[in-house]
Amino acid sequence: MSTASTNPNPAGDAAGGSRGRAPAGERLADWADGRLGVYTLAKSNMRKIFPDHWSFMLGEVCLYSFLIIILTGVYLTLFFHPSMNEVVYHGSYVPLQGQMMSEAFNSTLHISFDVRGGLLIRQIHHWAALVFLAGMFVHMMRVFFTGAFRKPREINWVFGFLLFVLGMFTGFTGYSLPDDLLSGTGVRFMEGAILSVPIVGTYLSFFLFGGQFPGGDFVARFYSIHILLLPGIMLGLVVGHLILVVYHKHTQFAGPGKTNNNVVGMPLMPVYMAKAGGFFFLVFGVIAAVAAIAQINPIWAIGPYRPDQVSTGAQPDWYMGFSEGLIRVMPGWEVNFWGHTLVLGVFIPLVIFPLVLVAIAVYPFIEAWVTGDRREHHILDRPRNAPTRTAFGAAWISWYFVLLVGGGNDLWATHFHLSINAITWFVRIAFFVVPVLVFIAAKRICLGLQRRDRDKVLHGRESGIIKRLPHGEFIEVHEPLSQEQLHTLTSHEQYQPVEIGPTVDENGVERKIKGSEKLRSKLSGAYYGDANQIPKPTVDEYKELTSGHGHH
Amino acid sequence: MSSHDIPEENLPAEQDTAHGAVTVADEENPFADPGLPPHEHRVQDIDEQAARRSERTVAMLFTVSMLATLGFIASYVTIPTDKSIFVFPIGHLSAMNFALGLTLGVALFAIGAGAVHWARTLMSDMEIADERHPVEASPEVKTKVLADFKQGAKESQLGRRKLIRNTMFGALALFPLSGVMLLRDLGPLPGTKLRHTLWSKGKLLVNMNTNEPLRPSDVAVGSLTFAKPEGLEENNEDFQTEIAKAALMIVRLQPDNIKDKRELEWSHQGIVAFSKICTHVGCPISLYEQQTHHVLCPCHQSTFDLSDGARVIFGPAGHALPQLRIGVNADGYLEALGDFEEPVGPAFWERG
Repeated sequence: MSTASTNPNPAGDAAGGSRGRAPAGERLADWADGRLGVYTLAKSNMRKIFPDHWSFMLGEVCLYSFLIIILTGVYLTLFFHPSMNEVVYHGSYVPLQGQMMSEAFNSTLHISFDVRGGLLIRQIHHWAALVFLAGMFVHMMRVFFTGAFRKPREINWVFGFLLFVLGMFTGFTGYSLPDDLLSGTGVRFMEGAILSVPIVGTYLSFFLFGGQFPGGDFVARFYSIHILLLPGIMLGLVVGHLILVVYHKHTQFAGPGKTNNNVVGMPLMPVYMAKAGGFFFLVFGVIAAVAAIAQINPIWAIGPYRPDQVSTGAQPDWYMGFSEGLIRVMPGWEVNFWGHTLVLGVFIPLVIFPLVLVAIAVYPFIEAWVTGDRREHHILDRPRNAPTRTAFGAAWISWYFVLLVGGGNDLWATHFHLSINAITWFVRIAFFVVPVLVFIAAKRICLGLQRRDRDKVLHGRESGIIKRLPHGEFIEVHEPLSQEQLHTLTSHEQYQPVEIGPTVDENGVERKIKGSEKLRSKLSGAYYGDANQIPKPTVDEYKELTSGHGHH
Repeated sequence: MSSHDIPEENLPAEQDTAHGAVTVADEENPFADPGLPPHEHRVQDIDEQAARRSERTVAMLFTVSMLATLGFIASYVTIPTDKSIFVFPIGHLSAMNFALGLTLGVALFAIGAGAVHWARTLMSDMEIADERHPVEASPEVKTKVLADFKQGAKESQLGRRKLIRNTMFGALALFPLSGVMLLRDLGPLPGTKLRHTLWSKGKLLVNMNTNEPLRPSDVAVGSLTFAKPEGLEENNEDFQTEIAKAALMIVRLQPDNIKDKRELEWSHQGIVAFSKICTHVGCPISLYEQQTHHVLCPCHQSTFDLSDGARVIFGPAGHALPQLRIGVNADGYLEALGDFEEPVGPAFWERG
């Protein structure tokens, strides 16, 4: 953007003026404008307003870690050999001297021990991938709980969801590339899961691995998927995601001066250029420092892959953990019939795995259908003001974490001296029970917080000052809220439950009511019915209490 | 606290401003939007000294970054790649990795910290309101676009010339099949490959660790021995693919302890040989509990009872481990008496 600067400094002006020409920066901008239309572009974007809230930087963390992954990934491709040809190791890591290993593993050792800074870049790449996935998870939750997915942003929610899913698979194909014992075990698990697919599973497996497992092809195939196919799609989605963020303008929380028709904050140039640009360096700096002190995926200690060997505590990277949980706690059901086997014990987890993710992805569309609201929403909800949504999100997270516990059941067993059988049974039951309990608890908490907000508006803030009245009674002094606070606490919208309406028309003819209509009315009642939201205080209620003539 | 407890004098409107109370400006609607609050000056906005201190802090951070980059270059050139250092409390680290990472981290972090400090303390922090415009087009625009579309569609004659339309859809629907065809050679068809392993009648059981053929006396009670078929060497081209199916684990039980009749028949002096590949999703099983004769797969904790036909006693596996029938040849070595009778490893559709 510096080339598009339209703020010539006085000195430059004078110097340029003496020769009758515009300063160099302006001339460059003129040149670019004649070809790219940069002035028109900059007119609407250079001073674009971004609202400020700490949670808005979560998406930035994802964007920056994605850039870091691309930068370091390109460097790694300069040294990595995506080949499964077996070679004998002769590098500088003594304990593995003379061992047979694939070229992929060999070149990863070379990067780690013989390329100066190679280990650092490998570790930054891997750490950034973990941060990327964790960032996307938290960012997605921020968007979910504040209702930022509502119209007009549903498509951007879907873009973000796809980025999260593709990020998981890019991570999986990435950590499988070194062909080490741990990741190879993960790939074998994947093969077993593919084999469980009815009818075509065996064929899929043979096509993916170029024959029997492990064969000699999967590293090269994963490589092109990991460095080209998936990141290419993701880059496109990221660009689309950002264009939509700019086009829709950022959401903001309610507050004085903030409406659904404006966006209040500070301009891109200079404040957000410095803040967001600086934040890239902060994220990169922190990840580099972590990569300096915290070892990640030490493949030399794990050793090259051998299908007949395994280490204990085999765990995928964290974002794959919930699928690991599904596979670990599922009972081993196998159905044999007519010379065929239906491997339900593996296939059911394979089907639930995407369903867990889809459950949260489709939620915005379900909510839009229940509310029937077709307006644009740019003011964020506080989670408490959407109790059913918040409860659903909390239940989903608890579901996800129950499965994460299942994915690490061996670690829970060894670290806390628990029975692995007991943990497995706990997860099997918790899979069904915990989300329900969390849903109920989260909803109660939201309603409680709504009641507190209502109290605060009507009776003021508890000041903590105890006052003794002349007749000896002690009371706590309540401070009334300012108009800013009153406005902020009462500006949220409350929907009314959808009514089915009269079932008989004006001529007395009975109208047929569709099942979907009934369901919608029922859901709407569960969302916005009497017990499911606390009516926010009205001006009349407030005045009645504050006028001093109320009948309270 | 309910409103019943509050005497009238303490209700919000009754309280005077001297007690820190705030008045509500809009008498009609106290919940109305009061508009953007007035801008509050930072100390840097009114005190040039403070502003200069901020300027120096930012400049210092940028200088730290420059020094750290020089440190990165110096570390890269001077530190030997194999040098390791002890850093409390982390432990032993590669000196090169530690130095490069920290200097790079500091160089980047300082740039970021400088920029953010600059933005927060010196750049204007006046909040500005920008208008939003609805995404939806105005009715006029919509009418115009729809009319244009109809005009374009009409000019194309797509709707009128059905023959063109139908054949075009046919061609567009068919051509991706070429792409699908091209995927056919990604791999061979499965055939019966998953049903067979390298084991066959007369193949010796070779100890995986020593690479020597096993005699019954080599297998002690309570130990777990891994074996491969004779002739399969690490430097064979298809070693990985073959061992992925043929890997074997051997234990010696007291013949009295073997509960399964067929297991006893297929054993030799209490020595039993089972596939090492878990029937769940194919991890190699490696944990043996000698007292109970249970083996445990470390990946997903499927547990098999080797004294009872290797049936599943816990975990997600769906069927028992296949057993290899073994005997002893004329020279006194353990040998296989055939291939596994059922496919090893995870179940699949054609397994039956």
